Amino acid sequence: MQGKASPTNSGPGLIRRFFQLDGASIALVFVLLILIFMITAPKAFLGYRVYMSFMATVPPPLIIALGVTLVAVAGEMDLSFPSVVAAASFVFGIMFKQWDVTWIAFLCAIAVGAGMGLVNGLVVTLLGIPSLIATLAMLFLWGGLVTVLSGGIQLAIPDIYGTAMHSIFVGRIGGVFPAQMIWALLISAFIWMLLNRHRFGESLLFIGDNLEVARVVGINATREKIKLFTLSGTLAAMGGVLLTLETTAYFSSQGMGYLLTVIAAVFIGGTSIFGGSGKVVGTVFAAFIVTVIEAGLVASGIQGFWTRFFIGFVFILSVTANAIIEDPDKVPLVRMLRTKMPSR
Amino acid sequence: MADQSTADQPIVSLNNVGKAYGPVVSLQDVSLEIGSNEIVGLIGDNGAGKSTLIKIMTGVETPTTGEVFIRGERVDFSNYSVQRAHELRIETVYQTSSLGTKQPLWRNFFVGRPLTNAFGFIKVREQKRISEQIMRETIGFRSAGIDVNTPVGRLSGGERQGVAIGRAMHFDSDLIVLDEPTVALALSEVEKVLNFIRSIKENGRSCIYIEHNIHHVHAVCDRLIVLDRGQLVLDCEAKSMTYTELTEFLRDLHFRGDHDTKVAS
Ligand SMILES: Nc1ncnc2c1ncn2[C@@H]1O[C@H](COP(=O)(O)OP(=O)(O)OP(=O)(O)O)[C@@H](O)[C@H]1O
Ligand SMILES: [Mg+2]
Repeated sequence: MQGKASPTNSGPGLIRRFFQLDGASIALVFVLLILIFMITAPKAFLGYRVYMSFMATVPPPLIIALGVTLVAVAGEMDLSFPSVVAAASFVFGIMFKQWDVTWIAFLCAIAVGAGMGLVNGLVVTLLGIPSLIATLAMLFLWGGLVTVLSGGIQLAIPDIYGTAMHSIFVGRIGGVFPAQMIWALLISAFIWMLLNRHRFGESLLFIGDNLEVARVVGINATREKIKLFTLSGTLAAMGGVLLTLETTAYFSSQGMGYLLTVIAAVFIGGTSIFGGSGKVVGTVFAAFIVTVIEAGLVASGIQGFWTRFFIGFVFILSVTANAIIEDPDKVPLVRMLRTKMPSR
Repeated sequence: MADQSTADQPIVSLNNVGKAYGPVVSLQDVSLEIGSNEIVGLIGDNGAGKSTLIKIMTGVETPTTGEVFIRGERVDFSNYSVQRAHELRIETVYQTSSLGTKQPLWRNFFVGRPLTNAFGFIKVREQKRISEQIMRETIGFRSAGIDVNTPVGRLSGGERQGVAIGRAMHFDSDLIVLDEPTVALALSEVEKVLNFIRSIKENGRSCIYIEHNIHHVHAVCDRLIVLDRGQLVLDCEAKSMTYTELTEFLRDLHFRGDHDTKVAS
């Protein structure tokens, strides 16, 4: 997967080229992390079970993070996804419970997510409110709406277990391998193609890079952003349905737990916080990293509460590192240190 | 005008064009023509309306009043866009750069009109091949370490303008509009850009060149158009005025003070 491998240098070219590959450095961090936990928590990390459990739990936040990655590429943000997850899960759960439908329930859940994304896109583009604020408001708005419509109930749908849909989406291939991982990888590949090889992705790159440039070369930023938020809502709904299938349950705060992990995955993965560049492969690995850190710390005997602290710490560290790699002058601390440094 | 042959028909002609942004009138009653194979210099103070004028010609903005004709055909502004202007063989290099600095050269050459298959997927290999060709043949880049994968942000200012102009020339345009292409460039870089402009004419195309440095304009242009507070105040052959006469004319304009055109009643 070559993002922007440029054969400019020939000397240590191979190493250079490796790090220019989309997501290569983050993949290395992932491997290191696994190696560390193999030492600190050998019991868990030397068996295969923990990896199967990662592949069962990571796909929903990963799929949501893919959508948010594209949003970030365009220099926007989408914080509404926890409520979209809840809405899609609720629609899916209640339709299955009431009418015993699976595929229709699935389509309706996805449509609801797409619809909510469409409204998000309209709010952001037509009202001109910065998307960070607009989608934060929509997080509450949609979340409140779902809670009211559902009457605050929780749903258990154990009967979904054993349906064709359940085995197709979240079954265990060969009795061990979670099927949702296959779907997550397929969607990742699709999103990679969309960002790096499709004209829609190119429009997003230029919109995030420089909106005025996008305008004068004839990109319709409003239309592309509406499409973008619709796609993000659709992917969040997909994540929600997978989550409900895996846990065979719905409760209204279901998506809330993803708020940090998803955003962290996007930016730890190397997608620019300034817009204009995004790393889909980075997001895939980073989604795992976040989950692995959580599980690894717990398995290493560190108290559960500390995991959030560490994720927050890794988050801020990696975002800073990515910003420095992109442009050191955008990090004031680095700029200060540089000017203080005597120029020999 | 209607019975003229296509050869001497102007590429673009404006008829009493005006543009207001709310109460701010940036153009008023401007009429002009751009013929084939000429370099037209567009001069005027900051805020005179130069960028606005070309944005109207190139489909970025819609005029509030007046008409625009392209090769004799009236432009329907409900249906005019950057894409349409491209189809009508008008290309623009904008003042605030028309390039995405984080994006590689091969994307910047084709942005807005990528070569795609039926599903909208970009033919990356073909774009790279053609970009390479533009770089070598049209722009004449020989800088080591620059290839089609280089992000534009790594190029010098002059090289960036070269990319933007090379892109405009590649797409078989009749008219290339340059909005202050030498702004913030070192002298040696300016010389490169002026050479690009000369090569536009050698290629048989026309060019509108917006520039604050009167010296540059006078050196390369065939015709001069001066805008002052949204109004056209001079349209003449460059040869009909010496450099000194031109600067004096502009200075007088500057000190002549107000004619009440800025705010609409
Ligand atoms: N989008 C806009 N909204 C409101 N006013 C605008 C807009 N664009 C331009 N103007 C106004 O129109 C007038 C002409 O602007 P324009 O950019 O065409 O000037 P210019 O001749 O290109 O100046 P410069 O040499 O500084 O580039 C200015 O007074 C400017 O403030
Ligand atoms: Mg201007």
